[in-house]
Amino acid sequence: MVTVAPGTAGPKTPAARPASRRRRGIRPTRGYRVFQAVNAVVLTLVVVVTLYPFVNIVARSLSDEAPIIAGKVNLVPQGFNLTAYRLVMSDPMFWTNYRNTVVYTVVATAISIVLTTCYAYVLSKHQLKGRGVLVGVAVFTMFFSGGLIPNYVLITSLGMKNSIWAVVLPNAINVFNLLVMKAFFESLPVELEEAAAVDGLSTYGTLLRIVLPLSKAIIATMVLFYAVSFWNSWFTAFLYLDQQDLLPVTVYLRNLIAGATGAQSAGGVAESDAVQAAATIQAVTIVLTTLPILAVYPFIQRFFVSGVMLGAVKG
Amino acid sequence: MTSPTLLPPPPAAATPAPVRRRRHPWRRALRRDWQLYSLAVLPLLFFLVFRYLPMIGNVIAFRRFSPGGSVFGEYWVGLRYFRLFLADPTFWQVFTNTLVLGTLTLLFCFPLPIVLALLLNEVRARRLKRFVQSVSYLPHFLSIVIVAAMVMQLLSMDGSVNQLVRAVGGEGVPFLQQPGWFRAVYVSSEVWQTVGWGTILYLAALTTIDENLYEAARIDGANRWRQTWHVTLPGIRPTMVTLLILNIGTFMAVGFEKILLLYNPLTYPTADVISTYLFRLGFESSNFSYAAAIGLFEAVIGLILVLGANTISRRTVGTSLW
Repeated sequence: MVTVAPGTAGPKTPAARPASRRRRGIRPTRGYRVFQAVNAVVLTLVVVVTLYPFVNIVARSLSDEAPIIAGKVNLVPQGFNLTAYRLVMSDPMFWTNYRNTVVYTVVATAISIVLTTCYAYVLSKHQLKGRGVLVGVAVFTMFFSGGLIPNYVLITSLGMKNSIWAVVLPNAINVFNLLVMKAFFESLPVELEEAAAVDGLSTYGTLLRIVLPLSKAIIATMVLFYAVSFWNSWFTAFLYLDQQDLLPVTVYLRNLIAGATGAQSAGGVAESDAVQAAATIQAVTIVLTTLPILAVYPFIQRFFVSGVMLGAVKG
Repeated sequence: MTSPTLLPPPPAAATPAPVRRRRHPWRRALRRDWQLYSLAVLPLLFFLVFRYLPMIGNVIAFRRFSPGGSVFGEYWVGLRYFRLFLADPTFWQVFTNTLVLGTLTLLFCFPLPIVLALLLNEVRARRLKRFVQSVSYLPHFLSIVIVAAMVMQLLSMDGSVNQLVRAVGGEGVPFLQQPGWFRAVYVSSEVWQTVGWGTILYLAALTTIDENLYEAARIDGANRWRQTWHVTLPGIRPTMVTLLILNIGTFMAVGFEKILLLYNPLTYPTADVISTYLFRLGFESSNFSYAAAIGLFEAVIGLILVLGANTISRRTVGTSLW
C-alpha cells in the first residue's frame, strides 16, 4: 500500500530495493504488478462511468430530434443543430426562473452565513455558561426533525407560502456547516482575542475586526457550501411556491421532466415548435442548468474538500 | 477572551470574585457575556421556529386537523391515526420498501467509497490520482433534479442503456416503468452520485496511518494484502464507524427527493417509501393528521436507530459520535 505522506514515496525502482527501501511490500511481486494494472483499469472505468452521462447529455442537446428518437445518439451529436438551445433560451420563463435561482441563492447564502457565523462563534467559547445547552439545541436537530407535514403547516400559517422567505429561511443553518465553523474558531489562538479585549475591544469588535479577518478562508468555504446547496435545492420551492414566475430553475427543469406538467412550463416552447422537441429540449435545459456548476467546479472543489476535512476533525 | 472584563481561565479560578458571587452564577454570566449571548439570539430563534416548533407541531398526529383551522388541530383523537396506519396494508408495503431500499443503499453506498479510497491510495502517479478524484467528486455537486433528469435520459427507450441492450441482442426495456428495475436504478444512481465524494474522509484518514506500522508488519512477513487487512483497515476504523452511524441515521429517510422525481404509479410497488407515501397522503389527499402520524413514527425510528448504532459502537469498538 502506498501512502501519500511526503518522504514515504521513496525510490520505487527494483534496483533500489535493499534496506533503504521505505516502500511497503517485500518486493514488487508479479501479483502486485498485476494488481496495479487491474487498478488502473478499474479507476479508468470509474472516470468513464462518471463522465459518460455528461457527454451523453451534451450530445443529445446538440442533436436533431429524429436520431435521438431512433436511439442513435451516444457520444457524438447526430444532425448537429442549435435549434433546441434557441428555443429554450427564447422562453422568458426560463430566464425568469434562472434569475430567481440567482436571487434565492444570494439572499439565502447571506442569511445563512450571518446566522452560522454568529452561532458558531458563540459555541466556540468554551467557558460560556450554558454552552452545552446551546450546542445540544443545534446537534439534536441533526437526528430528529419535525417532519414534512408539521413544517408545511408551520410555513403556511406563517404566511410564507409564495414568498422568497419560504425558500431562504427554513434551511438557514446547516448544523454540519455550523460544527465546521465552530471547529475553526476553536482552532484560532486565544491570545489574539485576549489582546483585543485588553485593548478595550468589545465582543462585537473582536468578532468583526479580529476574528472575521482571520476567517476569510473558512467563510469562503461556507459561502460555497451554502451557495451550492441553495443553487441545487428544489423541494422547498416545489412545495411552497405555486406561481410559475417565482420558481427557481431547478423546479422549471423538474416540471419539464415530470412530463405531465411539462407542457405548461415549457408552454412557449411546445407551442412554437413541434411537441416532439421534448427530448432535445430536456437535454438543453439540463445542460444550461448544469453549466454554472461545471464552470466553477474546478475552482471550488478544493475548498469543499478542505471544508469537509475540517469538519471531520471534530466529528 | 470573550469580553473586556474576562480574565484567562486559570487566574480567574484563583481570584476570590467568583466565589463571592457564586449565588447568582447566571446573573454574573449574563452581565459578563451578554454580548456573546446576544449573538446567539437570532440563531436560537431560527432553531426554535423552524426546527422545534415543527416538532411540537407533531401533536396534530394525535389531534384532528383540518386545513385552514388551528395549526395544532381541533380536538384530541388519541392514537387513532397510529392505529389506522398500523392496519393500513399500503403502509406496510411502503415500510418494507423503505427497509429494502435503505438496506441496499447501505450495502452499496457505505463500503464502495472505502474500496475506491483503498484503490486510489495505491495509485503512484499523483496527477492521475488527483484527476480521478476530481472527476469522481463531480456528481456530488449536481442538483438531484439534474441527476434524475440524466437518469431518465440514459434509461429512456432511446437512451444509451437501451442502445447497449439492443446492441447485445436484447429487447429495449422501459426501466423506469417497471417495478422490478426501480431498486437497481435507484441504488446505481445513488452510487454514481455519492461514491467519489465519500472517499474524501477515508483518504484523509489513510494519510494519518503511522508508516512504522507497515514497517513492523513487513518485518513480520506480511504481504500487501495482509498489511491492508491488519494495518490499513484498523487505521481507518474510527472513520468507518462514524460514517456507518451517520448512514444508519439517514436510513429511514432514504432519498425522498430522488424517489419523488424518479417514481411513478407504475413503480409504486417497489419505489414508494414511507416519506413519499406520507407526501401523497398530505398533499394529494389532504390527510394531514394521518400523514403527520406516519412522519412522527418514521422520525422516532430514525432517532432510535442513531442512538442504538451509537451505543453499540461505543460498547463494541469504542468509537461514538458523542
